[in-house]
Amino acid sequence: MNELPILSILLILPVIGILLLTFISSNSESDANLKQTALWVSFLNFIISLVVLFNFNQLDPNFQFVEKYYWLGDTISYQVGVDGISILFVVLTTFLVPICILASYNNIKFSMKEYLIAFLALETFMIGVFISMDLILFYLFFEGGLIPMFLIIGIWGGERRIYSTFKFFLYTLAGSVFMLLAVIFMYWEVGTSSIPVLLQHEFSYDAQIILWLAFFASFVVKIPMWPFHTWLPDAHVEAPTAGSVILAGVLLKLAGYGFIRFSITMFPDASHYFAPMIYALSIIAIIFTSLIALVQEDMKKLIAYSSVAHMGFVTLGIFTFTIQGIEGAIIQMISHGIVSAALFLCVGVVYDRIHTREIERYGGLVNRMPLYSFSFMIFILASLGLPGTSGFVGEFLVLLSIFSVNTYFAVFATTGVVLAATYSLWLYRKIIFGQLIKDDLKDILDLSSREIIIFVPLILLTILIGIYPIPVLELIEPSSQLTLEIINGKMN
Amino acid sequence: MIHSIVLLPLFGFVISCLFSFFKSDQTIDRITQIVTSLFISISAILSFYLFVINLSDPQVYKFTLFTWITSGDLSVNWSLYIDAVTRVMLVVITSVSALVHIYSIGYMSHDDSKPRFMGYLSLFTFAMIMLVTADNFLQLFFGWEGVGLASYLLIGFWYKKPSANAAAIKAFIVNRVGDFGLALGIFTIYMVFGSIDYQVVFENAEKFNETNFNFIGYDINAITLICFLLFIGAMGKSAQLFLHTWLPDAMEGPTPVSALIHAATMVTAGVFLVVRCSPLFDLSVEASSFVTLVGASTAFFAATIGLVQNDIKRVIAYSTCSQLGYMFFAAGLGAYGAAMFHLFTHAFFKALLFLGAGSVIHSVHEEQDIRKMGGIYIFTPLTHAMMVVGTISLMGFPFTSGFYSKDAIIEAAYLSDAMFSNYAYFLGTLGVVMTSFYSWRLMFLTFNGNTRMEEQKFREVHESPYVMLIPLFILAIGALSFGYIFKSYFIGGASVEFWDHSIAIHHHEHHHIPFLIYYLPAMLGILGFIIAWYMYLKNTKLPAAVASLNEPLYKFLLNKWYFDELYQYVFVIPARGIGKFFWKIIDGYFIDGFGPNGIASMVLKISEKARSIQTGFIYHYAFSILIGLSFLITYFIFVI
Repeated sequence: MNELPILSILLILPVIGILLLTFISSNSESDANLKQTALWVSFLNFIISLVVLFNFNQLDPNFQFVEKYYWLGDTISYQVGVDGISILFVVLTTFLVPICILASYNNIKFSMKEYLIAFLALETFMIGVFISMDLILFYLFFEGGLIPMFLIIGIWGGERRIYSTFKFFLYTLAGSVFMLLAVIFMYWEVGTSSIPVLLQHEFSYDAQIILWLAFFASFVVKIPMWPFHTWLPDAHVEAPTAGSVILAGVLLKLAGYGFIRFSITMFPDASHYFAPMIYALSIIAIIFTSLIALVQEDMKKLIAYSSVAHMGFVTLGIFTFTIQGIEGAIIQMISHGIVSAALFLCVGVVYDRIHTREIERYGGLVNRMPLYSFSFMIFILASLGLPGTSGFVGEFLVLLSIFSVNTYFAVFATTGVVLAATYSLWLYRKIIFGQLIKDDLKDILDLSSREIIIFVPLILLTILIGIYPIPVLELIEPSSQLTLEIINGKMN
Repeated sequence: MIHSIVLLPLFGFVISCLFSFFKSDQTIDRITQIVTSLFISISAILSFYLFVINLSDPQVYKFTLFTWITSGDLSVNWSLYIDAVTRVMLVVITSVSALVHIYSIGYMSHDDSKPRFMGYLSLFTFAMIMLVTADNFLQLFFGWEGVGLASYLLIGFWYKKPSANAAAIKAFIVNRVGDFGLALGIFTIYMVFGSIDYQVVFENAEKFNETNFNFIGYDINAITLICFLLFIGAMGKSAQLFLHTWLPDAMEGPTPVSALIHAATMVTAGVFLVVRCSPLFDLSVEASSFVTLVGASTAFFAATIGLVQNDIKRVIAYSTCSQLGYMFFAAGLGAYGAAMFHLFTHAFFKALLFLGAGSVIHSVHEEQDIRKMGGIYIFTPLTHAMMVVGTISLMGFPFTSGFYSKDAIIEAAYLSDAMFSNYAYFLGTLGVVMTSFYSWRLMFLTFNGNTRMEEQKFREVHESPYVMLIPLFILAIGALSFGYIFKSYFIGGASVEFWDHSIAIHHHEHHHIPFLIYYLPAMLGILGFIIAWYMYLKNTKLPAAVASLNEPLYKFLLNKWYFDELYQYVFVIPARGIGKFFWKIIDGYFIDGFGPNGIASMVLKISEKARSIQTGFIYHYAFSILIGLSFLITYFIFVI
């Protein structure tokens, strides 16, 4: 297995897909061919990522499937590999992209070819972020992903798409400029941009503070944490369904992954120093955005605000520097990747039919859409963290870990669980329950077979991770332990 | 055998879940009804068998199914752990559930989503069994939230009714407030004991008796803190004072649901939790006193509201709330056996009353207001007889089940010298009169006297089918005889062997209880009966007169002490207001205004200015150069 550059294949396959797409002429009849091609390419990529997953040695906490090629001089190289943490995100990405393409079959009305190209390019960038073992390479992929996303929202988005996409793009880019400076600084300080080397390097305390802040500037916007979150609801509302899915499912996780890989591991002293600030911001995010979610009138906005609250648990867990906190944060990210993606898909289903996201325009859908109501219920329950769904495992571990650090923060964070139940069930009741009285809903159709194919794997994963999360936990345990060992080694 | 007790309800749920997606027709409905009822019945028979064979020679069964969560040194399993407490709960859960399943075949015969209903019932049963068979606090939490979900789904079963939806959400959220405490309790247990397995926690409880734990800045005894937090969870689930508001509203659900979930099983989960954690509660005087205080207050408070309610189901709901209070103060006073005993007998007579009420509602065309009933016993003799049985058991008439268990509790309060024991004794005794009064008031208004129904409707009143009546007969047997049969095991001479260390048992020196004290509750019960008889059958003008004489008090009770209104103004409206404020003002005005939008407009303004300088006219530029040059020259001449 090791001879085959499988991670590079993973990275390049979507690009090959793009090339294929450019040769297919784009008129309305051949749109089907375009979709089929993109779907199969992304599905093949998913299979390959599963091959990686099954050949992955769980007990080894280090990077595996490592490839290294000469790139820019001796010190900046093309170096890729996966460890127990990143492999999960790679699989999450390759899993969600085919779903996104499938979800875009009917609601993209023009320029299908360009849309699919943007999506496949986005896949390459996202995979690249997770498998990079070189900081420069990481940065390229990290920022490169903004471009296709910018286009997806800006071209195929809703009415206020231009405002939203610029807000999204400039906001996240502004944060990242500081990270670029930090990357350059680290390169000159250590003499290489190789991540494994950097992980072992001990920066001076002052340097750590500056570098931490520079990385933080980028991640805080991307994850996003309060008060840098306002771009997210706007971006979600205007993005097409699949855009929201990938934004919530993967793009938000880039920063969480960055926090684990870089911030806490490379700058542990600074991380400890800033941890109380992170707790405070996370808890404000959890309570503040949950309260905002209570009064939303737009379905997508509500889910977007709940995303901010859920990511608050992630940052909270990471900065406890405990094994439960880090594992909880990772599980929470994976779970949120599945569940919030599914919730946006649920919104997409009714949006495709009625063309509005206003909560008040719905009501009583269960009368005509039992399958839809059932799927939606599962994801709502996972979103409010019911035990037995994936949402619970991460939240529980994170809360347990923050409780061991500080009971104040734990009490406040736990109130978020009550609020989550309130807004989630309120949303569900408004849309699904009640009498079906509105005229335009009277002939609404239940899930089509295409939509069932989309939802079934998401439902299965949600419940499976909730009841038997052991395979995931075992996968991330060694690498998380190693991360903590590095941190503790540097602290002493 | 034990596995099938647990798994049969789950299979029932899965099967009816699948069937509920098909187009509903008679065969499918029938199949799901029969399959689910059969599964639960088998489960009930097995539970009862397990209970009986362990009566005098108890054993503990333990199976680990598979690991749920491991992380660091935390490890949690899915497991089945069956000791005496669990066996009692299993009998209660599965037998009432089986009878309710069967009853529902009749009760829901006009509904068009039967598979869904049966599925939810089975789901509830499964979750409740998972709750009681846990061997660690996390699986307990799974069951705890699982029954909350099932309760939410069943209260909102008639989803077309806005009131049902509102009640369902209210139930879930109030329960979540309790779960908030329970979750914090579990975290504290993990911090103190390093494990959340029952065995580890209970065996090491005494070691940490003196340990303090810093919780939000206060140093509190660890065991006391744990008990307080767990009890908040119990208060939510068992609808105790302050967290009780969801239970009366939960009556929006179909009546079989009220019988199963909101009377016999789920609401007793809080009592179960306290009894299960009796090794901890026993060590904490403060926590136990608090349990007594809350229990006794609820027993009294809920009974006062029950006196004046007019909805047949709400009266019984408040009665449930009040009876749960009795169980709690028994547990708080250390009489865990008595608490479990009352839980056990209460399940049967209260399920009987609820199912009887359902039968009445079925008979009188979905009417629930007892002011619009009356005199129907001629048409519904069997239902009437069964409800009389339930009522005398509830009022504690000598030698019925309720007599033994309620008496044990009041006696415990009389004998105890713990804090609040006199308070509990006083309110508990007072509660007996009220219990009897409101129960008989309900009976008389419903069945006796002149009818207040419309002529046409009154003539159409009919007895319910046998599929509904047979479960009533079986429950009636329990309501009459289980107290006598099992009293020696639960509270009497055989109790030490029966409980087999699963609960903390106190060995009181044998006190002689005066004859008067022993029969006082029964006599008070009869007093309540007489008052009710006088007011509602003999001198029917009296109630209105009493009400108008004490108008403010009557209003206060009728409006349930204004708890709903209070919460509306203190929590619900402010939460939405704050949400709006955060959204529009903080997010919209401040963060966006000074953040992205502010910076963007600032950049725009600056570049506007910069643009206006660049006019493109040569003489403008030449002029600026000239000015600049003269400045420079001046600078060089005068400064250097």
